[in-house]
Amino acid sequence: MDVIVLLLAIPLAGGAILWTWGERESAPEVNSAFSLVTLVVACWLTAMVIEGGPILGFYEQFFVDSLNVFLITLTAFVGFTTSLFSRPYMRTERDRGRMTGPRLRLYHSMYQVFTFTMLLALTTNNMGILWVAMEAATLATVLLVSVYRTAASLEAAWKYFILCGVGIAQALFGTILLYFAAERVLGREGNALLWTHLDLVKGELQPAIMSLAFVFLLVGYGTKVGLVPLHNWLPDAHAEGPTPISAVLSGLLLNVALYSIVRCKVLADGALGSHFAGNMMMGFGLLSVVVAAFFLSRQRDIKRMFAYSSIEHMGLMTFAFGMGGPIANFAALLHMTVHSLVKSAIFFAVGHAVQKAGTQVMEDIRGLLKVSPRVGWGLMIGTLAILGMPPFGVFASEFLILTTAMREHAWATPILLLALGVAFAAIFARVQPMVFGDTGHPRLTHQPALTPVFIHLGFAFMLGLWIPPYLAAWYEQAARLLR
Amino acid sequence: MGGYGTQIVNLFAATLLLIAFAMLAQRRIVALIHLFALQGLALVGSTVTVAWVTGQHHLYYSAAITFALKVVILPYILHRLIRRLNVKWDIETLLNIPTMMLVGIVLVVFAFNLAIPISEFSTSMARGTLGIALACVLLSFLMMITRSKAVPQVIGFLAMENGLFFAATSATYGMPMVVELGIALDVLVGMVILGVFLFQIREQFDSLDIRHLESLRDD
Amino acid sequence: MNLEGILAQATAMVVALVVAPLLTGWVNVCRAWLQGRSAPPLLQPFRALHKLFWKESVIAHGATPLFRLAPYVIFGCMLLASMIVPTLSTNLPLAPAADAIALVGLFALARVFISLAAMDIGTAFGSMGARREMLVGFLAEPAFLMVLFTASLLSDSTSLATIVTTLGHREFTILPSLALAGVAFVMVSLAENARVPVDNPATHLELTMIHEALVLEYSGRHLALLEWAAALKLFVYSCAGLALFFPWGVAQANHRTALALALPALIAKLAIGGFLLALIETVMAKMRIFRVPEFLATAFLLGVLALLVHQLLGA
Repeated sequence: MDVIVLLLAIPLAGGAILWTWGERESAPEVNSAFSLVTLVVACWLTAMVIEGGPILGFYEQFFVDSLNVFLITLTAFVGFTTSLFSRPYMRTERDRGRMTGPRLRLYHSMYQVFTFTMLLALTTNNMGILWVAMEAATLATVLLVSVYRTAASLEAAWKYFILCGVGIAQALFGTILLYFAAERVLGREGNALLWTHLDLVKGELQPAIMSLAFVFLLVGYGTKVGLVPLHNWLPDAHAEGPTPISAVLSGLLLNVALYSIVRCKVLADGALGSHFAGNMMMGFGLLSVVVAAFFLSRQRDIKRMFAYSSIEHMGLMTFAFGMGGPIANFAALLHMTVHSLVKSAIFFAVGHAVQKAGTQVMEDIRGLLKVSPRVGWGLMIGTLAILGMPPFGVFASEFLILTTAMREHAWATPILLLALGVAFAAIFARVQPMVFGDTGHPRLTHQPALTPVFIHLGFAFMLGLWIPPYLAAWYEQAARLLR
Repeated sequence: MGGYGTQIVNLFAATLLLIAFAMLAQRRIVALIHLFALQGLALVGSTVTVAWVTGQHHLYYSAAITFALKVVILPYILHRLIRRLNVKWDIETLLNIPTMMLVGIVLVVFAFNLAIPISEFSTSMARGTLGIALACVLLSFLMMITRSKAVPQVIGFLAMENGLFFAATSATYGMPMVVELGIALDVLVGMVILGVFLFQIREQFDSLDIRHLESLRDD
Repeated sequence: MNLEGILAQATAMVVALVVAPLLTGWVNVCRAWLQGRSAPPLLQPFRALHKLFWKESVIAHGATPLFRLAPYVIFGCMLLASMIVPTLSTNLPLAPAADAIALVGLFALARVFISLAAMDIGTAFGSMGARREMLVGFLAEPAFLMVLFTASLLSDSTSLATIVTTLGHREFTILPSLALAGVAFVMVSLAENARVPVDNPATHLELTMIHEALVLEYSGRHLALLEWAAALKLFVYSCAGLALFFPWGVAQANHRTALALALPALIAKLAIGGFLLALIETVMAKMRIFRVPEFLATAFLLGVLALLVHQLLGA
């Protein structure tokens, strides 16, 4: 129990300290240090869960089981590597005058606060606190999206705030309806919002209320996942915010929002007994994959393009969770992991590329291999990974999802294949000239440290070939949990 | 006595709905803030009535938090904001007011229809008001969509949260305390952030017209 | 139709004829008080009527017989309306005909005649007034109907007498639908009776007139009848409002004691109502004409809302 409290207290303390410390020279290192300590504690927590099974903590307000423990470690890990990436990135931004002292303070402290809200959302057992944490995550990052104060970034941040705020209000209504249904069975002492208790009595929850509650929860949290048609904030927020923020939004926030939906789906499935929840998720997921793929092909800004790629992959994961069953759930969990790793790696590479080229428009970036081989290769390999090339992990998970779809929902398979194909063609066609083209820029004298990129890609590579046994066991356990 | 309690809560619910409609038709921002404060008062009144009739003491605390936040602090922040931002009038809406009110009525019918089968399950004394709460949420949502200035959109957002809070107190007897505190904290922090944000917008565009913020499109 | 009934009806008619100008006078007095002016005497409207009846009625050359007929028709409508609405008692001989929709129909008839009469002479202001009056009426009528429907749903009948009986005899319950309908009703009556914020009854500026423009061409006894009709209209609306929302004190039977008690109750309620009307007129500013449709649309929608709330809450 103390581990969980420690896990949450560290980023919160980091946020408080960086509020005053954030503009000093050593601030990025302090930021990374806090993230590293968070990662260590997360690993410790993971070890405890491997040994001892699920943990309930602090008057049952926290619950860590096989579903969220790997997400916790993933969050802490990506948070750490992103903080490493953000060190030289922010230093360069500061030198170019795009970031000032107060803005750096805001950035560093909100980074830690955002990590705190993500971890709170993952570890809490209380569905109401889950809502609070998700809303707090939006609040923590909205000022970061607008940190450059350009017209476009202000617009992106406003859309983000309003659209996510409205969405999350729907989720609040869903939570209220859930509490309403739960209260009739569990009474009013305050246990009615605890997921562990709800899981035990989910068969007794009133179906009419639960179906309406799930719809609102799906729409609400789905806005934060970026499901079409609620996705409008996503491309703008990714494109206009600083690159480390794009990386954590894609890599972390979308995952945690999807995790929230999945927790609610478990309850809804138990209460309804039919495939209603799964069907809705499949519908939204499919729609997201298709729409995102087609919008992708029309983008000119590199970060917007990869943002649409995030929407597409989240749609795919939602579809997989919607299908249900052990294989699809396993594939979706694997996909969550590798997508998070690869997409953040891509954003790191893109961040460096954009900084070197000074523009985000893809037509103006050329010949990255000549200018800086590491950035070029990082981007190329990352793109190949996210497009589903073997042997990266994305291929394995997409393969499993497609085969399950072929077996159970054959009508969806051609649509998925078409969308994935369109996305493949579009992204590859855009990235290839960026990496391999000709350019007049000279080669960079010093090479940016792209260690985080290659670490992530390395993990993705490994997961494609061999999943460590404990990880596989978790995925299977979690998959069974999700029915 | 329970009969009287239900009637009083129903009366507060009707007041809430009336205020939500009035906000739709309102042109002046200062009047919008006053209506929002009135809505908060109606909310507090209904919570206190439910607390008194059913004897649930945690609802008194909840009502106190609501009063402090929605009747005192938030309107104060909003007043200061509009004084410093110098926005007093908001003449245009995207649809004209009679059309908006017709759409509002359609939304109310929709909300009532949605809520009737659900509210039959409620054992709360104020069960009929779930439909009204949902209607308030939808009307605030309509207000947000059809306004072209930033501050009325924000007030619509806050009014939506009022509707949700009313839904929580009417369908169930309020959420657990810790959740309510969390929600209140979120709302407060959100307002503070919004205040900062609106200044940034004004600095960049010299106006708070939302239509300046529509240039990012997919092309 | 017994003698008692006829006597009671006659009493109601006399009361209406007498109290209506008194009500108008009272509203003017209150308004003067609230505005810090010295008030005209309470009986001033009677003096005005008396003066007008003795004056010669001057009629334009091009006026048709309709022009001469209209004031009588309008006065008749209003008088009939005042006999339908249960002011003193619900047990009048005309009670079976006292339908809420018939009431609306009578007002509509009066409105048609006055608009036609205003257009009859062919002056610009007459036509303008007629157009505006029709606009206000067109929007106010559905709103008024919605209010009446809400009350009818609560008492399962559109007969005004039944409504008063049912609502007056319930134990005191707070009915939110009636509250909403009450707000709508106030807005409608302000519009229909040509009061601020829709129309200023004391204005001399022709371009802002609605009601005054309609009677611009009349003089003498015709004008007297029209002024009396306007006062009766205000009286009828007030009594309808009292009957729907404050029905206590209206007699159920016709014997003299009940009637004798009902009269002071009516006077007291009208006095309070008149004061509130003067307060509203003082506090609010007159709206521009193009905003009147918004005002009335709001009233209509509040009426619809009252209906919906009644359906939802059963109250």
